Amino acid sequence: MIVPQRAAETRAGWLMSAPALAAIFLFFLVPAFASLFLSLTDFDIYALADLRNLRFIGLRNYADLLHNPLFWNAFLNSARYVLFGTPLVVGMSFAAALLINHRYLRWRPVWRVILFAPYVTTLVATAVVWRYLFNTEYGLVNWMLGWVALGPIDWLGSPTASTPAILLFVAWKTFGYNMIIFLAALQLVPRELDEAARLDGAGRIGRLRHVILPAVAPAFLLVTVLTIASMFQLFAEPYVMTEGGPAQSTVTILYFMYEEGFKWWNLGSGAAVAVLLFLCICAVTLVELLLVRRNLR
Amino acid sequence: MKPREMLVTGLAACVALFTALPLLWMVSASFMQPGEAAHAPPPLLPSSPTLANYAQLFRNYGIGTYLFNSLVISTLATLLALIFTVPAGYALAKLRFSGRVTIQWMLVVAILVPGQIGMLPLFLELKFLGLVNSYAGVLVPWLAGIFGIFLVRQYCLAIPQEMIEAARLDGASEFAILRHIILPTLAPILVTLALFVFLGCWNDFLWPLIILSDQDLYTLPVALAAFSREHAEDLEVMMAGSVITTLPVLLLFLVLQRFYLDGLLSGSVKQ
Repeated sequence: MIVPQRAAETRAGWLMSAPALAAIFLFFLVPAFASLFLSLTDFDIYALADLRNLRFIGLRNYADLLHNPLFWNAFLNSARYVLFGTPLVVGMSFAAALLINHRYLRWRPVWRVILFAPYVTTLVATAVVWRYLFNTEYGLVNWMLGWVALGPIDWLGSPTASTPAILLFVAWKTFGYNMIIFLAALQLVPRELDEAARLDGAGRIGRLRHVILPAVAPAFLLVTVLTIASMFQLFAEPYVMTEGGPAQSTVTILYFMYEEGFKWWNLGSGAAVAVLLFLCICAVTLVELLLVRRNLR
Repeated sequence: MKPREMLVTGLAACVALFTALPLLWMVSASFMQPGEAAHAPPPLLPSSPTLANYAQLFRNYGIGTYLFNSLVISTLATLLALIFTVPAGYALAKLRFSGRVTIQWMLVVAILVPGQIGMLPLFLELKFLGLVNSYAGVLVPWLAGIFGIFLVRQYCLAIPQEMIEAARLDGASEFAILRHIILPTLAPILVTLALFVFLGCWNDFLWPLIILSDQDLYTLPVALAAFSREHAEDLEVMMAGSVITTLPVLLLFLVLQRFYLDGLLSGSVKQ
């Protein structure tokens, strides 16, 4: 009885997972590894027409990229998004979570869903909307800045303002998602502990530091790692809002990869960009995990 | 309401208003007369609301085709993703078979790899298979949904083993158990997964942009991005296009928000 049962289970187990595993293998793992191989070749429009034009060139794509000022420009732009965008998004998300979690807040579900809504909207559509919001003469953003006697700022037309403009849009689009993760963590803060601290005369800042922050520390790590990865992967935002301009100031690594691969058809070089992007994300995530582990000790 | 409640709730209302403002303005401007929105100070409401911008999108821009493409592709992606990931998630949670642990570890590693890494080789692979510039080419990445497998697996772990054992003693085959006993209990997570895939596919931009070259096959985001590069000066028409592109998924989310937010939490806790 037991032996045929195990055999049937094994057979069913493999049959049920086989379609998904085959798809993951064919359309995810093979391409991911093929990127490594492709990045060592000079695959270009001629190889696309006839594979006999394909040559193995070792690390030359990488060497060329590291000598290409346009690649460094894209890399530094992405690094800027990570460096300034991550604290902005994490801070906004946590502030929003504290507000939504506030014990005096009424009609909580309504506010929660409104703050989350931008996250589910179509990125391209809202990027088109924000492009007009950022218009120098008749955009809503400069109009509001006018109330406090600021501006007008040429948001999308000047290389210095274009980065903050895109980051503002990205923050608006994504803070709701991270807010939900923070909210889940805040719900784990023991109410009794918070009450006890309050009765002991702990101030707002004291409670935040000693009761709330320790409880949400894992959520901070999760949100930071996710945000860094997403900041490295900005593409549609500059594609729609600035087309990479002005003066290449919003070309991200992914945007550079897209143009290298599908505008100039340098697929070998584009694959090298993809591999470098992956290494960047891995490196930053690893460093962060190490820092956190050292701090915990 | 106590003063403190009014203060906190008022603050939340302000934040919510600012958050919703871009979307509200999008809807409002889509009903404005041509050229009306391009004034300083920016008008917040249309002086004489019109449907002309929408009419123009359907008549001159052929947005009906793109709407149809987006609907068909997102629906197919949802169905295919469910067919591929649900049995796998269940098998990994509940069936004991050799290789299961290895598979799970490989999937955990794979979920950390961003999909863009393999995008160029995937393009070449599909070109070789003759799937470039077709619905099938857009759908392919949705078959390989590792996140969906974990979501289903997570949910299946909570199903009591006795339920399955009892059915086996009654002589039910493993596939009959999946169909008649497991699937009904999975209903909530199936709605969640379907919602994730539908919204993800509808909103996706980079992959359809790469794989579709024929305009007649464009999805809404790809078409809208192309319009906004060519017709940037037609602000009101672009706003109507944005409404058509994003309103369906926004409404779908609002109706099914409980499923979406629950799934998001079980997914992120997992990560």
